[in-house]
Amino acid sequence: MPEAFLDNSLWRNIYCVLAGDSSTCAARDYSSGFFPAGMEWLAFLVSAAIIIFLIVNAVLGGVIVLIWGERRLFGRFQSRTGPNRWGPFGTLTSVADAVKTMFKEDLVPAEADKILFNLAPVLIAAPALTVFAIIPWGVGTYVADLNIGVLFIMAITSLTTLSVLTAAWSSANRIAILSALRSVALLISYEIPMALALVGVIMLAGSMSLGDIIAAQGIPFIIVQPLAFFVFFIAAMAEMARAPFDLTEAESELAAGYLNDYASMKFGLFFLAEFMAEISTAAIVTTLFLSGWKGFDPIPSHFWFGAKLIFVLFVIIWFRMTLPRLRVDQVLKFAWKGLFELTMINIIVTAVLLAILPNPSTSELWIMAAINWPVAIISIWGVSKLLGTAPYSHPQPDPNAPSYPVGSESIPTDAVLGAEPSNAANQAPQAQQEGGN
Amino acid sequence: MFEDYFRQYALLIIFALAAVSVPIGMMTMSYLGQFARIRPSRPSEVKESAYEGGMPPFSDRPARFNFRYYYYALLFVVFDVETIFLFPWAVKYGVMSQQFGFAALGAVLVFLIVVTFGYAYAWRKQALEWVTNE
Repeated sequence: MPEAFLDNSLWRNIYCVLAGDSSTCAARDYSSGFFPAGMEWLAFLVSAAIIIFLIVNAVLGGVIVLIWGERRLFGRFQSRTGPNRWGPFGTLTSVADAVKTMFKEDLVPAEADKILFNLAPVLIAAPALTVFAIIPWGVGTYVADLNIGVLFIMAITSLTTLSVLTAAWSSANRIAILSALRSVALLISYEIPMALALVGVIMLAGSMSLGDIIAAQGIPFIIVQPLAFFVFFIAAMAEMARAPFDLTEAESELAAGYLNDYASMKFGLFFLAEFMAEISTAAIVTTLFLSGWKGFDPIPSHFWFGAKLIFVLFVIIWFRMTLPRLRVDQVLKFAWKGLFELTMINIIVTAVLLAILPNPSTSELWIMAAINWPVAIISIWGVSKLLGTAPYSHPQPDPNAPSYPVGSESIPTDAVLGAEPSNAANQAPQAQQEGGN
Repeated sequence: MFEDYFRQYALLIIFALAAVSVPIGMMTMSYLGQFARIRPSRPSEVKESAYEGGMPPFSDRPARFNFRYYYYALLFVVFDVETIFLFPWAVKYGVMSQQFGFAALGAVLVFLIVVTFGYAYAWRKQALEWVTNE
């Protein structure tokens, strides 16, 4: 782990200011702290609380801004103005929405499982917020730098599946359960290409820590690993259940989907989690593929990260506005038959390149990029040819199949209502009995 | 070193506790609003019925759904375990390829070929398709 990255850590600075000169802060000269010697654990807890308060509020405020920005952009994409009444340029619209959501009447269906019904919003919002613990927002500005950062992201984001199913099952609504089953099939299908796409990045960086991955990016990994970026970005869009993969909340088919029966703040939490997932996905894409907070020197690292984050968010919104919704069979086929193969190709090509050029320098990364781009373009073209061959055909009824009983010409006369049953079958046993006697 | 290692996880646990308390706090605030008479709470039979497009709901939880979902669940388990096997290899691959050369690559290629056989079998059996033309 690079020493400068740890040394500039935000939480460590705050901790050192609070705790004074201790063994952790030996390199720095803090003459006196707020807490006396021997109370370092309290200083640790207080500094952690300060940072967590800052980041949680930044994320929640960011969601408010993102909802406003997304609605304004929707307006622009659809040749209309978008929200523009409350506050300058409509900036207070989402604040008003948040307050309104909080004070709406809370409806719980009579048949609902009350405990699970209340648990589901917490179960979706808490993991969506926890992901932000490991995202480096700038040089050393993170809550925790886990050595298994990428694995942690994969694990914590997959909890969404559980929450979706809990929400639908507890609300005892048929539409919600249909939506949740689709959603679970979608989420688990795209989780595999998403994880496998990151294998190439982990191989190049030699670590799962996000700090190490940023340090390893002499040039951004989007240039070195175009295929991994392509697969990861699409799979992340599907994990967010955004258009064109929004068959979870297909309004024209399933009303609101799995959150059909939720109202008030519980609905608000689902909404919040969706937008927090959008921000965290953009942040993860920025960190893993766009070299995170790295940039030119005079501009601070936080601005670089923010600029890249906003750009990725814009691309996500652009995709949502441009592409129509896909059918469930198309979506699943795309994940299993398209993206899975692309990730396998990426893993093998990257492994071979790394065996030839172990421990690549920046110039060797350029050589890898020069090989990876043609491979990416050819394999994406090949997979699109493979998938685009068979059009969907409705299962046609067999004209020769017997169409009994509706509209049938050949109804057996016995079955016709009111007809006399033939007596031959009934009389035969009697005849045998008489014969026997 | 180890002190720092555990400090990262302690911070993560504190953050997770904060992340759980935020939605619970929001729901509690919304719940308490009805006692302060700033949030209405007037349940009725119509409001408490499940929403099924405006029609009166006529059935319970559906017990039946498409069998295909089980295929995808099974496939997910198989290939997600494969992912878990690949992650540790990917972390140490750079070190291993310096030490052992192409042997490190060959070891994982055997694994990937076995997985590819399973994948090809699933494809052949039409387990990857939503609509089969049988």
